[in-house]
Amino acid sequence: MLQVAQAPHQAGREKDLKQIVETAVEKHGAQADAFIPILLEINREYGYIPAEAIRLARKMLHQPEEHVLVSEGQLYGLASFYHMLHTEKTGRHVVQFCESAPCHVQGGRELWKAIQKTLHLKAGETDPEGRFTLKTVSCLGVCGVGPVMLVDDDMYANVTPGQLADIFAKYE
Amino acid sequence: MKFSRSMVLVSNDPDSVRLGAQEVYRRFGEKLLELGLNEEVSLAQITDIGRHDALPLVIIYPEATAYGPVSVKDVDRIVEEHLYKGRIAEELLAPVKELSGRIGWLKTRKGASPMEKKIVTRRVGRIDPESIEDYIAEEGYQALAKALGMERTEIHATLEKAGLQGRGGAGFPTGMKWRFVAGTKSPKKYVVCNADESEPGTFKDRIILEGDPHSIIEAMTIAAYCVGADEGYIYVRGEYQLAQRRLEKAILQAREFGLLGKNILGSNFSFDLHVHSGAGAYVCGEETALLESIEGKRGEPRARPPYPTTHGLWGKPTLINNVETLANVPPIILNGAEWYRSFGTPSSPGTKCYTILGNVNFRGLIEVPMGITLREIINIYGQGMRNGAPFKMAQTGGSSGSIIPASLQDTPMDFESFRKAGVSLGSGALLICDENNCVLDLAITLMKFFQFESCGKCTPCRVGTERALRMLTAISRGEGKLEDLDTLSAIAQEMEYASNCGLGQTAGVPIRDTLKYFRAEVEAHIRLGVCPAGVCEMTPEAEKV
Repeated sequence: MLQVAQAPHQAGREKDLKQIVETAVEKHGAQADAFIPILLEINREYGYIPAEAIRLARKMLHQPEEHVLVSEGQLYGLASFYHMLHTEKTGRHVVQFCESAPCHVQGGRELWKAIQKTLHLKAGETDPEGRFTLKTVSCLGVCGVGPVMLVDDDMYANVTPGQLADIFAKYE
Repeated sequence: MKFSRSMVLVSNDPDSVRLGAQEVYRRFGEKLLELGLNEEVSLAQITDIGRHDALPLVIIYPEATAYGPVSVKDVDRIVEEHLYKGRIAEELLAPVKELSGRIGWLKTRKGASPMEKKIVTRRVGRIDPESIEDYIAEEGYQALAKALGMERTEIHATLEKAGLQGRGGAGFPTGMKWRFVAGTKSPKKYVVCNADESEPGTFKDRIILEGDPHSIIEAMTIAAYCVGADEGYIYVRGEYQLAQRRLEKAILQAREFGLLGKNILGSNFSFDLHVHSGAGAYVCGEETALLESIEGKRGEPRARPPYPTTHGLWGKPTLINNVETLANVPPIILNGAEWYRSFGTPSSPGTKCYTILGNVNFRGLIEVPMGITLREIINIYGQGMRNGAPFKMAQTGGSSGSIIPASLQDTPMDFESFRKAGVSLGSGALLICDENNCVLDLAITLMKFFQFESCGKCTPCRVGTERALRMLTAISRGEGKLEDLDTLSAIAQEMEYASNCGLGQTAGVPIRDTLKYFRAEVEAHIRLGVCPAGVCEMTPEAEKV
């Protein structure tokens, strides 16, 4: 097992949503090419994009006099289209398993079964305690060391089923 | 398969056998044993590789030397000269003849060893990617300085002469694309770098972006000068956080050095760049979906034509190139088209980055001249199959590539030959599978990917991927019917003909290739109720506990 990258765990949800949205809009600006970066930032800071965030962001972004026209539906359309944006509340930790062919062939087939069994979850589910959300993800571009699994921002490579219990124990 | 320094292949098609190929093969075995080379030199028979004028043909790797016609009495000389002393037995070489595109490449190789040739990755790992000084010390920004002194038409003419083809998968001639954009009349044009590398198994662009970010900035600036653009975007996939940080830092440094921004290098040419992050959507690698995404919309591909060269970002003429393609530009400008043409094959010059993955001993990125064969990749760069299991199939070019059987492993990998063989080179991912993998299981994995990533805009792809996935899964559970295979072929064809973009058009390829090369294996699931590789569960969903 090799831990490729380590980053601070998902930032606290206690942060003020309004402030997060304001900071994001300020940082990226209010033109159309900033919509996705803004949503990414909200998702990163808050963990997911609640309806309230979309309402707040739309208010700040919709500027007819600047020819920037945007509706809440449009922003929701973005949030639900892109896989890195979540519209539902997730568990405290998000486990993402790479489902693409290279990982599959290099031992991912067995690992995926083991992950579901260890966490007692299927793809897209969150456990009742709100500890883990299990998701599948398309290729993460580190296939040379597959199978690959992400827990929050920590990447684990060359994972074998035997290592899962130790990895998950690190996340409360 | 164990790792050997040389490989001897003896042709074994009916014609060769008639002309004594069996005796040649046997003699090779005896002679290698006699000289004690049998441990380090492997010997194999191959089928027809498309050349019939010099049979029996003997090919020796890694030099890719072709001898022919070889008779039993020539064998001793070849073994002694070539394999024992390391000299090519010139007088026995097969005549150089381009009988078919598939063997023409041997001429350009001239018996040279297919050593790794680094052009686009030459600085990766050798310089500090966060230091512009390091980059400049290694020929950095010299091509830009040279380009600014050239006529604009001269620049795209050089690329056309060099024969550079797009490395994102489609292989469109780069110089021609530049010429199209340069020819449009518009006060505002854009240059976009497609760094939304999400083809499963591909990470060549990430290696370039993380290891040599300035090379992309330099290439885009040259492109902007050539086509007359003043603004550019690098669209990096959201998962590549490190690449984004490195690029942003590199852009700041370039601005500081007067290599980006107003009046670059004291000329009256101005150009600036933004890094734009993707948010996780495979379809955004399609160029029009990518543009939609920059414009703050869902990444749904546009109908084409009009093409981005005339109506691109915000409706303006836009040049879109892949990372690896762009990384080829500065060296071509600096060293000229002739130099570039000295690598690769006549129809596909230059090098190509491949990512070797799957059941081989070495996995990773290599950059080699175009025209290398899969057999060389597996045995030389991949250092043989893991645990010695036989090679069964390879999946090339990420999900949208082809599944190719072991019988095609001697086809040189360049755009032209692969097109003739009906397979796709794609993004350069090579997933090598041994016989413990089930082709149906692989097809399901690929179809799951397409079904997950289909943007849902057009019906053939949205419904087709879903239906195909359900049907394939049913077969893997022992619930398939033979007529399902006909339906699957029909779905694959409908998706290819009727889908709006490349995603849907290639989604049927795994089905097509599976049925073309491995039909018997799939039929075994249906007729006999067994998975020959022992991978599929073969239990109906309802009966699962």
